[in-house]
Amino acid sequence: MSLEPIAFWGLAAILLASALAVVLTKNLFHSVLYLALALVGTAGIFLTLDAEFLAAVQILLYAGGVVTIAVFAIVVTERLVGQRITQTSRHLGSALVAAGLLLVILLTFIGRVGWVPLYPFPSAAIADITRLIGLAVLSHWVLPFELLAVLFLAALLGAIYFARPDE
Amino acid sequence: MGLQAYLTLAAVLFTIGLFGVVTRRNTIGILLGIELMLNAVNINLVAFARFQGNIAGMVFTIFTICITVAEVALGLAIVILIFRVRRTVIADHLDLLRG
Repeated sequence: MSLEPIAFWGLAAILLASALAVVLTKNLFHSVLYLALALVGTAGIFLTLDAEFLAAVQILLYAGGVVTIAVFAIVVTERLVGQRITQTSRHLGSALVAAGLLLVILLTFIGRVGWVPLYPFPSAAIADITRLIGLAVLSHWVLPFELLAVLFLAALLGAIYFARPDE
Repeated sequence: MGLQAYLTLAAVLFTIGLFGVVTRRNTIGILLGIELMLNAVNINLVAFARFQGNIAGMVFTIFTICITVAEVALGLAIVILIFRVRRTVIADHLDLLRG
């Protein structure tokens, strides 16, 4: 049981460090690679929450899909080598103040969450979480699930329409 | 680990993402910051689902992940389209609607 905090803090450190690298590094391509690391770290966080299925979805869709699309967009709009890929940031000071204020507000609210009653899963149900997700998606949430398919079709057609070559 | 640890991690991650969205000048960099913020939301949803014993949060997480992927695909398609028309992806240069 003592392994769990070590895994959480290690993953949290990797996640936050790579997230900082995403927003601070000069090279946009490196930014995307750090984002991939952050997304895999999030999948690890899902594993510490006993959500193996979500970790798999996270790696398949995010680390597999989003990163690939982002790299393609960079290849199309920039040169991978050379100076053009370096990106500058602006308003660093005011952005730091705004983000810091938001963080203080969020942490204040989180500090008050202690009185929320918690009903953790019984230990027998933890191994069954993937099965529970499947049952929930295909019974109670089946209508949003089908709408998701429509959304994907619309997004597919939209992306093709936007990125089509000129006639 | 308690619920608070996960919420704090998600809050810090969300703030980092917000910082990236505000400071980046490249449109693709802004999209990457939005990704980080949505990721923090997913951590919150899964943590609440796990600690409240309610599977709905995890189902929501599947939906948000899928919708985010669709959003990124469309967003980057729009970025490519803007680049083709304006020859730039720097957000400050896209001032067509400025009066």
